[in-house]
Amino acid sequence: MVEAIISRISGPVVVAKGLGGAQMFDVVRIGELGLVGEIIRLEGNSAMVQVYEDTTGLKPGEKVINTKRPLSLQLGPGLLKSIYDGIQRPLDILREQGGDFITRGSVVPALDEKKKWDFVPIKKKGENVSPGEIIGEVQETPIIKHKIMIPHNVNGELTEITEGEYTVNENVAAVKTNSAITDIGLSSWWTVRIPRPVARKLPPEEPLITGQRILDTFFPIAKGGTAAIPGPFGSGKTVIQQQLAKWADSEIIVYVGCGERGNEMCEVLSTFPKLEDPKSKRPLMERTILVANTSNMPVAAREASIYTGITMGEYYRDMGYGVAMMADSTSRWAEALREISGRLEEMPGEEGYPAYLGRRLAEFYERGGKVITISPDKREGSLSIVGAVSPPGGDFSEPVSQNTLRVTRVFWALDASLASRRHFPSINWLTSYSLYVDGMSDWYKDNVSKEWIEQRKEALEILQKEAELQEIVQLVGYDALPEPEKGILDIARSIREDYLQQSAYDEVDTYTSIKKQNTMLSVILEFGRMGADAIKKGIPSSKVSEIAARRMLSKIKWTKEDQVEQLVKEIKANMKLQFDSLLKEASD
Amino acid sequence: MSGISYKTLSKIAGPLIFVEGVDNAAYGEMVEIKLINGDRRQGQVLDTRQGLAVVQVFGSTLGLNTEGTATKFLGESATVSVSDEMLGRVFDGLGNPIDNGPKIVSKHKYDLVGSGINPYSREEPSEFIQTGMSNIDAMNTLVRGQKLPIFSGSGLPHNLLASQIARQAKVLGGTESFSVVFAAIGITSEEANFFIKQFEESGALDRTVLFLNLSSDPSMERILTPRLALTTAEFLAYERGMHVLVILTDMTNYAEALREISAAREEVPGRRGYPGYMYTDLASIYERAGRIKGRNGSVTQIPILTMPADDITHPIPDLTGYITEGQIVMSRDLHRANIQPPVDVLTSLSRLMNQGIGKGRTREDHRSLADQLYSTYAQGKDARALTAIVGEEALSDLDRKFLKIANEFEKKFVNQGLDENRDIEKTLDIGWDLLSGLSEAELTRVKPEFIAKYAKTDTQWWKKRHDAR
Repeated sequence: MVEAIISRISGPVVVAKGLGGAQMFDVVRIGELGLVGEIIRLEGNSAMVQVYEDTTGLKPGEKVINTKRPLSLQLGPGLLKSIYDGIQRPLDILREQGGDFITRGSVVPALDEKKKWDFVPIKKKGENVSPGEIIGEVQETPIIKHKIMIPHNVNGELTEITEGEYTVNENVAAVKTNSAITDIGLSSWWTVRIPRPVARKLPPEEPLITGQRILDTFFPIAKGGTAAIPGPFGSGKTVIQQQLAKWADSEIIVYVGCGERGNEMCEVLSTFPKLEDPKSKRPLMERTILVANTSNMPVAAREASIYTGITMGEYYRDMGYGVAMMADSTSRWAEALREISGRLEEMPGEEGYPAYLGRRLAEFYERGGKVITISPDKREGSLSIVGAVSPPGGDFSEPVSQNTLRVTRVFWALDASLASRRHFPSINWLTSYSLYVDGMSDWYKDNVSKEWIEQRKEALEILQKEAELQEIVQLVGYDALPEPEKGILDIARSIREDYLQQSAYDEVDTYTSIKKQNTMLSVILEFGRMGADAIKKGIPSSKVSEIAARRMLSKIKWTKEDQVEQLVKEIKANMKLQFDSLLKEASD
Repeated sequence: MSGISYKTLSKIAGPLIFVEGVDNAAYGEMVEIKLINGDRRQGQVLDTRQGLAVVQVFGSTLGLNTEGTATKFLGESATVSVSDEMLGRVFDGLGNPIDNGPKIVSKHKYDLVGSGINPYSREEPSEFIQTGMSNIDAMNTLVRGQKLPIFSGSGLPHNLLASQIARQAKVLGGTESFSVVFAAIGITSEEANFFIKQFEESGALDRTVLFLNLSSDPSMERILTPRLALTTAEFLAYERGMHVLVILTDMTNYAEALREISAAREEVPGRRGYPGYMYTDLASIYERAGRIKGRNGSVTQIPILTMPADDITHPIPDLTGYITEGQIVMSRDLHRANIQPPVDVLTSLSRLMNQGIGKGRTREDHRSLADQLYSTYAQGKDARALTAIVGEEALSDLDRKFLKIANEFEKKFVNQGLDENRDIEKTLDIGWDLLSGLSEAELTRVKPEFIAKYAKTDTQWWKKRHDAR
């Protein structure tokens, strides 16, 4: 092997000399400590390397070793329940080995090499298998079966497959192809920067139910869809992402904390294992993978963490699962790109970001989708991506927000002024949008109710009208408004306070089924219609907003799912009674 | 390499010197620079390659030349000796004693930069710190291990607030006081003296370590000062089990020093000329707050920064807000209205508040009450803005109520002066007093059971409804 050495060190970027024959994105080990780095530029026989660890103390002249392999992940049973850093090193094992502070140059296997897994074959010896086909299963956690698939370049006859206990590094089967015999291991490797191929992408027609009223009702994301949450700091972005992770109805969750706060990540790490999966009543961690790269961890690994997360997501999608990936926050990822680009002395584009920022973001979101996987049984799988963006100063015109909006189809606009009023989730209903609603209307008709789409429209119109009226109130004062308009303001207020506001910390309110959402919204709107009717008949709007049934609307969200029907029935009865007596009083 | 002196200085540009002929200076290595007149300065390697090292000089480059100046590479990265004896002492921005006391000699030598805490090792901060300030305790609760900056403006009394917190802070039910590590970063000697006097008067000086880089001191030292303070704090917290409160003031000066070096290195600037890596750099300071599983102590940070032109979207407060767990924002309007402390509750935030409050920590109704106060105050402020246009008569009855509560909220709740130390019970009670003008239906943020138990109104319709069943 040619002896390569460090010739220059500037922050996280190191120049190495003597790396003849190296390829772009090869992983190298740097210096006596063996720090992990990745080649990002080649010039003659010298290479620029971004280093995934702190470079303090490195000296020119120290050796550099090329592993001749691009940054890859080991994919196999044991991924679930793991907590990784940006380059798939388990943080718990790092702690065991190196103590409470991050140490450098650690080599830690991504999957437990000693643990034995029970492999149950599905295919038999002698059968023909083709790429992507499932040949057997491993019960990875009590709720998730891990499927062992034939690699994408292998096609032939199964010459060997045996049930039994295996470690991740052992082979469970062998396939005779045209040219040779290929061993099939319990785990496989995949390069993080290359998307795993699929047979075909499907249109997104089914919503990802999240139990968050404003999302499910007004701005739904499809299974396999992409959403962006840009929000200035303090607007409750992280809480929403965590709510999604807890409640979204996907089978696998990949949560990437990218350049975020240590204490917040710690909250995720300590609360997730305690959370219960609402369906199986098992710990949520049994279907979750966490990737944590906090803001004080090395910047280059932050760049890699997003790809690490999505590659693992794609792997489970290929097994036929619905996967939801949360990335918090892609702005930190973009900043890492910018920092590395600056060290490479590249010509900057907008606001110092590299010119390829838009392309890289588009490539990333394109890895999401509902797909038919490569496999003879045409399995469906989906990978939904929710990316948080943190625009500096809350200014959405900056490059990361803009480039993200160009490729994502749902926009949940977090609003700092709502947050400061303690309106949570502080998603602005006027500026947010979802482009999936029309495509999913059939699903709503079949699964929720025929009125759902109309109902949604009606509520949004009321809120829109409220915004217009508020402007008038600013000019002429509330008292100058005509009575019907005052009625609209009141019902809009009810939609905002009794429906849209949802507490993540309340046991009941934290999740609302789509059925309860439908019931809630319909009774609120019904009140609005009866109110408008009464006002038309001469009842003052203040009387309408004071009737007892109006106040009861605010209690629905605190009411358990199984008692909602009862309460709504009661409210509806009261509503009718009280409006009738109001009208009777007026006519007397 | 260590020990050899080079007299091959080829270029001096701003705070940077270029030393030629050096083959293997380590990245981040400390350098001693000896001037011809015998003076010594310290520096650190910023960029190293075969044949050249770029060194950042801590201190002035006055008197440096390219002929006689000798640079010695010390073979180690920046470290500091720490010990228990540092409590009660005063140091300069590079860690040298300036109180005529002896130098710190200790076998504990720590890396200044330090490596990040493994997120898996962190313990979730959840212990309520009672600061005795209503606006913080009730509305933006501080917990042990949190980093909660004060966003202020020039001329606002952030120093009074910070010193009052340092004086009053304690954990509920405990008698144990916080140790304080105070880092002055480019502040005036008057401000520094104010803090020293405050610590002396409250008797806190012997549990305080002070690092002073004053505005007359070299700006490059400011890069090291907060790191010195935090390394000391980490030692006291994680090795000695103390609960340490770190006050860093003023982080704006730190960011400016960072920009100065970046400009000298001719780097591509990011927003407003600040370097593109400022987020990462600031994170390497702020993230050194927290708690570690299995260790007793904690590091709680209160950085102070003055927002240029009171602009919260300026890169310094903006990036800080993305790293820290909330912020306490000072308001010029409240200051003009003679409210002390002039904290703008609506733009302030504590992200760890929920972990620190509620049953068993403060009181079960805390969350509900805080939400209700926020929302009522916000609506009251809207009503106030409306009054300016249409007059108070045009307001609805409800808005008039909100306006009254907002006024009282500022005068009675936020405004508490410099000497009052309110315990949490009293703070919450004042909060309920303020809300007593609202009917129960208007307490939309409060859970029904708390209305019955704590609200100071008598129209308990919810209870009646239950009884009627």
